[in-house]
Amino acid sequence: MGRFSWSRLVDVTGFNKGDYIMADNQQMWKDLGMNLEMHDMLCEVLPGAIGDVFMSQENRPAAMDYFDMVLADVHGLRPAELVEFRKNGGKVFGTFCAYVPDEVIFAAGGIATGLCAGSQFWVPGGERYLPANTCPLIKAMLGARFDKTCPFYRLADVYIGETTCDGKKKAYEILGTDVPLHVMDLPQMKREKDYLKWADEIKDLIAVVEKTTGNKVTEENLAENIKKINVKRAALERLYKLRRNECVPISGTDTLLISQIAYYDDPERFATMVNKLCDELEQRVADGVSIAEGKKRILITGTPMAIPNWKLHNLVETSGGVVVCEETCTGTRYFENQVDESGKTMDEMIQNIANRYMGINCACFTPNTARADDVIRLAKDSKADGVIDVNLMFCQTYDIEGRSLEERLKAEGIPFLGLETDYTDNDAQQLKTRIGAFIEMLG
Amino acid sequence: MAKKYIGIDIGSTASKVCILEEGKENVYEVLPTGWNSKITAGIIREELEKRYGSLDDADVVATGYGRISVEYADKVITEITCHGRGGFEMIGRDCTIIDIGGQDTKYINVVNGKPVDFLMNDKCAAGTGKFIEVMANRLGLTIEELFELAEVGKPIAISSLCTVFAESEVINYMGEGRSREDLAAGVIDSVALKVATLVQRKELQDTVIITGGFSNNEFFASLLSKKLGKTATAMPDGRYAGAYGAALLAKEKNR
Repeated sequence: MGRFSWSRLVDVTGFNKGDYIMADNQQMWKDLGMNLEMHDMLCEVLPGAIGDVFMSQENRPAAMDYFDMVLADVHGLRPAELVEFRKNGGKVFGTFCAYVPDEVIFAAGGIATGLCAGSQFWVPGGERYLPANTCPLIKAMLGARFDKTCPFYRLADVYIGETTCDGKKKAYEILGTDVPLHVMDLPQMKREKDYLKWADEIKDLIAVVEKTTGNKVTEENLAENIKKINVKRAALERLYKLRRNECVPISGTDTLLISQIAYYDDPERFATMVNKLCDELEQRVADGVSIAEGKKRILITGTPMAIPNWKLHNLVETSGGVVVCEETCTGTRYFENQVDESGKTMDEMIQNIANRYMGINCACFTPNTARADDVIRLAKDSKADGVIDVNLMFCQTYDIEGRSLEERLKAEGIPFLGLETDYTDNDAQQLKTRIGAFIEMLG
Repeated sequence: MAKKYIGIDIGSTASKVCILEEGKENVYEVLPTGWNSKITAGIIREELEKRYGSLDDADVVATGYGRISVEYADKVITEITCHGRGGFEMIGRDCTIIDIGGQDTKYINVVNGKPVDFLMNDKCAAGTGKFIEVMANRLGLTIEELFELAEVGKPIAISSLCTVFAESEVINYMGEGRSREDLAAGVIDSVALKVATLVQRKELQDTVIITGGFSNNEFFASLLSKKLGKTATAMPDGRYAGAYGAALLAKEKNR
């Protein structure tokens, strides 16, 4: 990883690693009570994976440097900041889902961090607690916690779960035996009373974060943090609009990484860095620079892709395709629609937050036809040649929804490929054949 | 000497070659893939060079799961596209192709001569050639014998979705002393059922053809037709559909 001048970037990007300088990750991990021996195995494979997936791409934007750096030291940079933050009494909240409103956590002076679970490395650990036929994301979630091989899982003082699927609900019961955990009860329908109920759930969350942090959520700090998170979402929106240009200025693989980092980076710094990248991409578009000349434009929809799950993007983009949009939780579902900033009272602001999050179209809702509307709209806006619906194995709701989605897309004349996979590499060749055939079909 | 267009389909079990030459009959060859598809690709090259001299004047398209092993190929195209092209040419009109290969079963829908939709089994080996091979071995039969016995047997239901568990299921029946004919019939019946189940969520056109290793078997075709509720036509040269499609695409690429 010698081509980056990390120390300069750390300086420029304002990372405060406090007591732990770069080489001291091991000490920090030890202090966090991690299983170092096992964690080393994970650290060993990461540089290779980064090289294969990211560094092998040609003509990457220079401003990817920041995100490369965050990734290369994924268990060092941000965790060290969180260590510092906690040392001064700050509280960290670990989240798993795009429905959890970061606004209220930051308003109470806490930090929200996504607890990603995107590696096969954590799956066997999860299978000690869960049936093998559980979605790999949920298994990895438990493996990362109980194996003690992820600093973020160690650093979160309270986990915030949500009832987005049966597997997660049951897994939270198990996680809750090991760490303080609050579950938000997400409605499964979108009637008026459900919007009100979600606002109520957000009030409960506020009580939890207030009690944990000892700080009050006020009209002032909530308004301020609504704006702050809106700025972050706006930056991602800008990125997604730029990437779908006729000249594709950035790969889908790089964009996915940014969407993944969005979950755990400092929101203000992240927005600044995304906007800086967007300035460069705007120039690329103006100059007609495309990284995907002659490639087929693919929209990916389906289940979330947590770090370090880049499997599908890598396969698509090494098979003659380019990913121009993701309608996933690590994509448009994370940032589309803003929280209305006009709320004045606490109740108004909370309802506005609830309305924004209830606008996300997850397969856990019934009915969920708005998701197909989203996919069709995004496929048209991004001039996608085809849509790939990719679902994690054993994710029943998305799997079942795939069929109606296919019918809707067929009616629109948009080519569709449905895939099911997990975090292992054993189906890479089969997937390559399917994706390759799909791209040939589009040609 | 006229230009040759060569399609090479390195399947998981068998490798197929098709040679097209202006004014000559299509040439089809088949050999076992063996354990190393690079070696197989090398054997094919030697054989072709022995027969035609240098391959400099030939256009080669490789397909099949071992397609990347054919280092001398001018182009690599997936087996979906090649089977679609070859199957369409063999039957001469738009069709739905059901290809039963060594390690996977494919559904390919061909409209206006081009594949527009496809599906491959991805859960397990049930409903593939591998399943039949494993069961034939277990019953001490060749694949041809298995089909012959199946025709006269009364099928025993084999319901396991997994080839390994299905083998255990067959072993149980063997322990009960069931006849080989009935077991053979059960095996073939279960493959037909699994293939029909796989494709049932997709559109079937009026013309359905079978390609792949068992494509010349009329008994299997009639069994599958019953399960599909639609006539599935056995193609005598169906196992070469991928190689033939690859050769045709090599030719078209040149135009």
